Amino acid sequence: MQTETRATIDRTSGPNGASIAVLRFSGDISSASKEPVLGAWQNVAGSGPVLLDFSKVDYINSSGIALIIQILMEADKTGQKVAAFGLSPHFQKVFTMVGIGKYAGLHKDEATAAASL
Amino acid sequence: MVETTGTSVEVRIPSRLGFEKVAMATAASVARLKGFSDERIEDLKTAVAEACINAIEHGNQLNEKLSVGVILSTRADELEVKVMDNGAGISKPPHKPDIDRKVHGEEDARGMGMFLIQALVDEAEWVRDSKGKGSYVRLVIRLDKENE
Repeated sequence: MQTETRATIDRTSGPNGASIAVLRFSGDISSASKEPVLGAWQNVAGSGPVLLDFSKVDYINSSGIALIIQILMEADKTGQKVAAFGLSPHFQKVFTMVGIGKYAGLHKDEATAAASL
Repeated sequence: MVETTGTSVEVRIPSRLGFEKVAMATAASVARLKGFSDERIEDLKTAVAEACINAIEHGNQLNEKLSVGVILSTRADELEVKVMDNGAGISKPPHKPDIDRKVHGEEDARGMGMFLIQALVDEAEWVRDSKGKGSYVRLVIRLDKENE
């Protein structure tokens, strides 16, 4: 019933040429997504700024949002900057409602998100 | 558009995570027939999904022998959704998540479902069956919100 969560790790460059990790998620992000979401995060934790790409995510529920908050917890401990992009207008609203925007900038596209880090 | 006022649609889903998407899709179809905007349909889908997840996880304790009932009733200018389970209902009203406390590990990262339900629909109430035979959450989403 749930669409499998996939997470791949990519690299892009910031405005000053610095390397930025991009976690590209697809499918659903729910309670069943702990391993792919947090597993992908562990590969980039503590190694510079990170972008979270939600442009291919179909469904996120509150348990999925909690996993994103766990990423922000880890990033906050080490001062790692995180920004997100590709959320639908609805999920941009939901992320804003729960306060995620305070710890991760929510951007329309990858270029804007990368420029913010 | 299909005339929907006064109609009722009922779905029963098993208490297994993931099946909330069946209720979401049904609610979206009814709301679309009723003429709700895409934005309001997205609000409704998330509220229905979270209500079903609460019913599956907390109300029915993931017991697959129990089902979650979802009844969608249309009136002239609104859609009412009841999500029913066999649990005792909630004892505390929903609270706004504190993102600072969550990020600093002082509050569970989870626990946002009821807040989202309340924030996304026009009315939300959690009701315990007076005979102790379960509980339900009642959601109402109105058409006139479109013009606010």
